[in-house]
Amino acid sequence: MGEVAAAVKGNGKSLKGLDRAVVRFAGDSGDGMQLTGEQFTTESAWAGNDVATLPNFPAEIRAPAGTLFGVSSFQLQFGSHRVYTPGDRLDCLVAMNPAALKVHLRDLKTGGLLLVNTPAFDRRNLDKAGYAANPLDDPALAERYRLHKVDMTGLTHEAIKDLPLNTKEKDRTKNFFALGLVSWIYTRPLEPTLEWIGKKFAKNRDVATANARVLKAGHAFGETAEIFNEHYAVEAAEMAPGLYRAMTGNRALAWGILAAAQRSKVPVVYGAYPITPASDILHELALHKRFRVRTIQAEDEIAAVTAAIGASFGGAIGVTGSSGPGVALKGEAIGLAVMAELPLVVFDVQRGGPSTGLPTKTEQADLMQALYGRNSESPVVVLAPATPGDCFYVAYEAVRIAAKYMLPVVVLSDGFLANGSEPWLIPDPETLPPIDVQFRTDADGFLPYLRDPATLSRPWVRPGTPGLEHRIGGIEKQDVTGDISYDPENHDHMVRTRAEKVRRVAQEIPPTSISGPATGDVLVVGWGSTYGAITAAVERAQRAGQAVASVHLRHLNPLPPDLGHILREYRRVLVPEINSGQLVRVLRAEYLVDAVGFNRVRGLPLASDEIHEAISQLLGSPA
Amino acid sequence: MSPGGADAKEAPKYTKKDFESDQDVRWCPGCGDYAILSAAQKTLPDLGVPKEQIVFVSGIGCSSRFPYYMNTYGFHTIHGRAPAIATGLKLARPELKVFVVTGDGDGLSIGGNHMLHVLRRNVGLTILLFNNRIYGLTKGQYSPTSELGKVTKSTPAGSADRPVNPLAFALGCGATFVARTVDRNIPHMEEMLRRAARHRGAAFVEILQNCNVYNDLAWNVVYDKESRLRYELRLEHGRPLLFGPPDERQAVIMDGVVPKVVRARDVPESVLWVHDEKNANAAKLLADLFAPEFPVPIGVFAAIDAPVYEEIMLEQEQRAISERGPGDIARLLTSGDTWKIT
Repeated sequence: MGEVAAAVKGNGKSLKGLDRAVVRFAGDSGDGMQLTGEQFTTESAWAGNDVATLPNFPAEIRAPAGTLFGVSSFQLQFGSHRVYTPGDRLDCLVAMNPAALKVHLRDLKTGGLLLVNTPAFDRRNLDKAGYAANPLDDPALAERYRLHKVDMTGLTHEAIKDLPLNTKEKDRTKNFFALGLVSWIYTRPLEPTLEWIGKKFAKNRDVATANARVLKAGHAFGETAEIFNEHYAVEAAEMAPGLYRAMTGNRALAWGILAAAQRSKVPVVYGAYPITPASDILHELALHKRFRVRTIQAEDEIAAVTAAIGASFGGAIGVTGSSGPGVALKGEAIGLAVMAELPLVVFDVQRGGPSTGLPTKTEQADLMQALYGRNSESPVVVLAPATPGDCFYVAYEAVRIAAKYMLPVVVLSDGFLANGSEPWLIPDPETLPPIDVQFRTDADGFLPYLRDPATLSRPWVRPGTPGLEHRIGGIEKQDVTGDISYDPENHDHMVRTRAEKVRRVAQEIPPTSISGPATGDVLVVGWGSTYGAITAAVERAQRAGQAVASVHLRHLNPLPPDLGHILREYRRVLVPEINSGQLVRVLRAEYLVDAVGFNRVRGLPLASDEIHEAISQLLGSPA
Repeated sequence: MSPGGADAKEAPKYTKKDFESDQDVRWCPGCGDYAILSAAQKTLPDLGVPKEQIVFVSGIGCSSRFPYYMNTYGFHTIHGRAPAIATGLKLARPELKVFVVTGDGDGLSIGGNHMLHVLRRNVGLTILLFNNRIYGLTKGQYSPTSELGKVTKSTPAGSADRPVNPLAFALGCGATFVARTVDRNIPHMEEMLRRAARHRGAAFVEILQNCNVYNDLAWNVVYDKESRLRYELRLEHGRPLLFGPPDERQAVIMDGVVPKVVRARDVPESVLWVHDEKNANAAKLLADLFAPEFPVPIGVFAAIDAPVYEEIMLEQEQRAISERGPGDIARLLTSGDTWKIT
């Protein structure tokens, strides 16, 4: 948190300028911390800051109140410069109960701002959090942090005592007190939240009034209470001009599909089975029937993907979405799409595993599953978005490639991208590359596996086209004619052809963009949601004058044609991943480079500090 | 929306030959599938649907080779998944006439879950389940319809699982059309195929089919001339449940809530059970009847009108478009909370 300016206002409270700040709201699952964080994000975006967020919540829908595992949190970093990550260490922690304090205090910087809701620190909650004594009574806490003990519950009730709501309903609004207070501390505008409250509770005026009043009460408390003698301003960031909106990864995936449906003029069938953290894609797409996107909540993961394949056979764009466990179930069907050479898009919103694992936590450990997780030689195209907003472009690109090359494309998102949001520069859809779907209608010379010489794709025929009746399926077939074939040489030829078809997608990949010097000591190669943490770490190394660059891969199969050359321009290659070393294995095998991994698998995004540390270590090591 | 509806073009006058593909048929000589294939090819011209509008979807198993032999569109998919594939196809292309060809293993074991859901959703599909009570393609293991104690390669001491009754299953799933026919009763099979193909929604037809290699004469009760005369009960809408040779006609009646077989001449006409295809509850009782305690009913057990999945889905889409216009991504992207940076 760098201070850039200070001023003292009329109320005797000084306003300090900051270039960035990291804030985390933590409380019980029922305390509304996700909503509080989202609103604070919107306020910060309105203030013109760049923002990155990290929601973190338990898998249990209503975890027992007050427990450690029931703690829900929402972290964000906002700044006057480009913000790449939600931040490593906290400048400000809001702890609504003892459990939240216990779980999150370790992430607060020494000297950081600590706001606690005192009434929640009763014996019962202290016991549940495993505190023998009230930590707020320990003088060490106030010595180490700028501790502010606030009776948020009491002040909330006082603010709305005249409203005809019961105690529980009044209690429920205290998160707005916290939001109002933190909004004052960081001089965020309240307008977007007041507007949101008005819309959200339009049908329940008392609740709307209560929330608005409590929000303002929190803000006023900061302004007037004697305990806060300073607050902070974070200047608007230098961002590219244009119209912005907040975007989460799941919504961006869904909207990318809508854009593809409109542009291609081909209906989409999206098959899905409810699974965390991918379900919101289904919810979002189901809202937009006007785009001719037909959603089916299938009976299971296999039905979800096979319905998508059936739709593709019918001349629609078949899309399915899930998380790792669901994608494991879809494996055989993805192989059918490989064999039948039909377009298919598969979203894998990765989460901690194996098995049920950590449903609400993030991970990047499905790369090998995407590349190889099927029987036999079953190559597919694999793409990965780098940020929540990037999910829009990657989903669109996945449809474009699937339709052009007649093959499955797997998109590896993850829980961090799915729920995280960023201010997103709204693109002009006209600037997206065209998706030019050509259905074969000419019966003359038609053969089901007669290939396009450039893409090797076979013709896409809509059933209903006279004279082109034909049969396809999962059995090996003779090239060109598509007749069933058990011929050994033909099978070898078809295995190679299916692989070559995927390889040809490399012609779609633009030259790899390198952040930093074109040659140097360390190249950091990443993929997916680690983009922000890697970029922040690499920029820090570069500011220190080190010859460090980074490359972030969107195309994981095929890899960019120029990547092998780039890797050899650096003394060492570092591959940070939230898995035990998957891309690094691919790069070593593919390019015979001595790349090393930086791997942490905690269900959390990587911290830029630790990546920076790994870079420093590698810089000090011999080649 | 439905095939042959107002928006469909008129079909040419086809013959059976128009539906024969150029592929050599590769079932074992003597397999019951040949008769079913021939019946399908013979009845399709009666549907009045252009052949390019017809799709056969199958899973895995002997029956699932069927699409290769039909000169229509066809998709031979993976084990058990044909109903789900066909659901996606109907959602994409509701105007197509889609058949699902499956077997007792494909449709009721590995694909049992999909069968349940395609029937309850009432997706507009004609589902032909060839029931030979054995796994043929994998060379003779017992199937989910094999009788208890069945001795096969995988159950040398006899199977320990009780069989599923395909019709009772289908009715339990809420199927809106349920019928049974026999591969060796060609006129009846053709009639059932025609009825099923014209049903609005999911039509489920169990075809008792002979695997002469691994389970020969499993359905001898309706093959053997004498036995057939004794046990076969032809279900006909509005007609009483009578069966057996003319000189000793028997009747199925309800004794309280229990079906019972009596000599027809011993009971007054007023107590006869008159078959009603619209009565799904009665169909559930009928589905449990089988020889030797009861006759073997064949024909249409139930044919009910119910909302059709893809019609509802498409209606929702059309309503959304007519009320608010087609989707516009540029407008969507700029909708809701946005802010400008200059």
